Amino acid sequence: MPADIAGSPLAGVPHEPGVDKPDPILAVQGMSKSFGGLLAVDVDKVSVQRGLITALIGPNGAGKTTFFNLLTGFDEVDSGTATFDGRDVSGMSPFRLANMGMVRTFQLTKSLTRLSVIENMKLGARDQRGESFLPAFIPFFWRDQEEDIEDRAEALLERFQLSHMRDEYAGTLSGGQRKLLEMARALMAEPRLVMLDEPMAGVNPALTQSLLEHVKGLRTQGITVVFVEHNMDVVRDISDWVVVMSEGRVIFEGPPDVISQDPAVIDAYLGAHHDAPLTEEQEEKQIASAEAELAESEGENT
Amino acid sequence: MNLGSVFEQTISQMFGVNAMVFAMAVIGLNVHFGYTGLLNFGQIGFVAMGGYGLGMSITIFGWNPWLGLLVGLLYALLFALLLGIPTLRLRGDYLAIVTIAASEVLRILVRSTTVAEWTGGNTGLTGFADAFYELNPFTERVYEFGPFFYTGPNLFILTIGWPLVLLVTLLVWQLMRSPWGRVVKAIREDEDAARALGKNAYWYKMQALMLGGVIGGLAGILLAIANSTVQPDYFVPVQTFFMWTALILGGVGRVWSPIVGSMLFWGLLTVSDGVLRSFESEGWIPRWLMSAAQVGQIRFMLVGVVLALLMVYRPQGLFGSREEMMLDAR
Repeated sequence: MPADIAGSPLAGVPHEPGVDKPDPILAVQGMSKSFGGLLAVDVDKVSVQRGLITALIGPNGAGKTTFFNLLTGFDEVDSGTATFDGRDVSGMSPFRLANMGMVRTFQLTKSLTRLSVIENMKLGARDQRGESFLPAFIPFFWRDQEEDIEDRAEALLERFQLSHMRDEYAGTLSGGQRKLLEMARALMAEPRLVMLDEPMAGVNPALTQSLLEHVKGLRTQGITVVFVEHNMDVVRDISDWVVVMSEGRVIFEGPPDVISQDPAVIDAYLGAHHDAPLTEEQEEKQIASAEAELAESEGENT
Repeated sequence: MNLGSVFEQTISQMFGVNAMVFAMAVIGLNVHFGYTGLLNFGQIGFVAMGGYGLGMSITIFGWNPWLGLLVGLLYALLFALLLGIPTLRLRGDYLAIVTIAASEVLRILVRSTTVAEWTGGNTGLTGFADAFYELNPFTERVYEFGPFFYTGPNLFILTIGWPLVLLVTLLVWQLMRSPWGRVVKAIREDEDAARALGKNAYWYKMQALMLGGVIGGLAGILLAIANSTVQPDYFVPVQTFFMWTALILGGVGRVWSPIVGSMLFWGLLTVSDGVLRSFESEGWIPRWLMSAAQVGQIRFMLVGVVLALLMVYRPQGLFGSREEMMLDAR
């Protein structure tokens, strides 16, 4: 069911890049990152509404994953600030962000192959007493907590239909099951904001539906979701708000039913200039410059 | 020399000082590589640190021998910090490069004349073990157990060393089935996944490096007391690779593999040595193929062959799980 924009907290929000949200859980300002000469991300301003599902879309190379990595601390920003739940989290390391309640998944699933499914799940729990070096030697200190964690893990495995794989190595799971495991494991950390990097990539259509239901389930639980996705059907189906990136910038924001009508979005996807037929003049220019380059490289060789 | 005595020597060696010291050092290596995935190619440096820490604090500084034991462990701990701080934020291979280089730098440093005042230069340090041997209840020169025999001092260090090896094995076993162990194993599998779940991967890797290093230091202390000396030339890089051999023979990331792997390694060396020597003395091996003086080298070739066969037919080692091994082949 597409979110009913009329009843949504974002009903009156204008459809423009960088627009302020009434209750942002995450807000970014002036964030940029370049790799060598390539400015991969250059986002002036963007914010994420609490309790909703926000999709981050854009053509290949738009900088979505880099932006994701910057937000979650996996890449260092060149400049910019980020605020999570009212606290400045600029330049914070991934593990601290996770402990504050911002947990991410990865485009290529990172199931811990030589740990069992249940161990994968239990790893996700935060503030474990037995994770400190000295108490680890004495089960008395952490056994009760471990049992609680295990109960919680089993309930989640049940919900994600992975209970039958409980004691198998995570490496034996199928690709789709790994996506489920990674999402379930992220929930073990009791996040307030879940960042899903292409959660549907490489998942068969049957499982896609179940994954979608799980993502919607997060919203019901009151967890904010930001996800990167290529499949527009998925975006239309589950997202409440869509942020479109192109060439490192946010070029459009709005509810999912209007994005495909926006000229900037159409340009970004179909190409206003890159793939459009060339005029004769442009073509001649390109051929001339290519020939000049060839001549130059031949000159070097001889 | 008959095959019966080869067998006896082999058993003696399997429970001997070399195997015991190796077992301890390999437990440390197993914490590093087997559980945390840290590529440490300089474990012998930690062993040296333990030995020199003990030797220096007693012989040079004249401190209490019991304090000397602590200093030995502290040296190994500092070595771990020194190596870990710059490298653990980087990819795993950097640690490998730095550890092998640092352990070699350390060996060359302690044998140099510049610091001979503190380290004894190329002759090493002696005279620090007396205080410990005063406690030795085994005062006779040689003790025989059926066909096996150990000298009194050796028996003393073995009756202390092997239980210590067992104790450390049990502690590591307990640690690795705790939530702490789960975190380091997760880091071994995928560091970023662990970080995304709120684990401070850098700090856990540092803790593991320190723990395995201190266990290596303990091995060095046992070695130093057993030999009553620390000699720089013992701490050559090849020792680290023998330790890796023992670890792989036993099976990486398994609780009992350091002990069994080390016993197996020294057993194999002794058995091949004895068999080659007795064949040679019987004249069964033609001179152009091998002389008695070459036995020492050729036995290492045989260990290499055994290791190669193991990799082909049982790549997971003696204790490893093949299923788990195959998962790793991505």
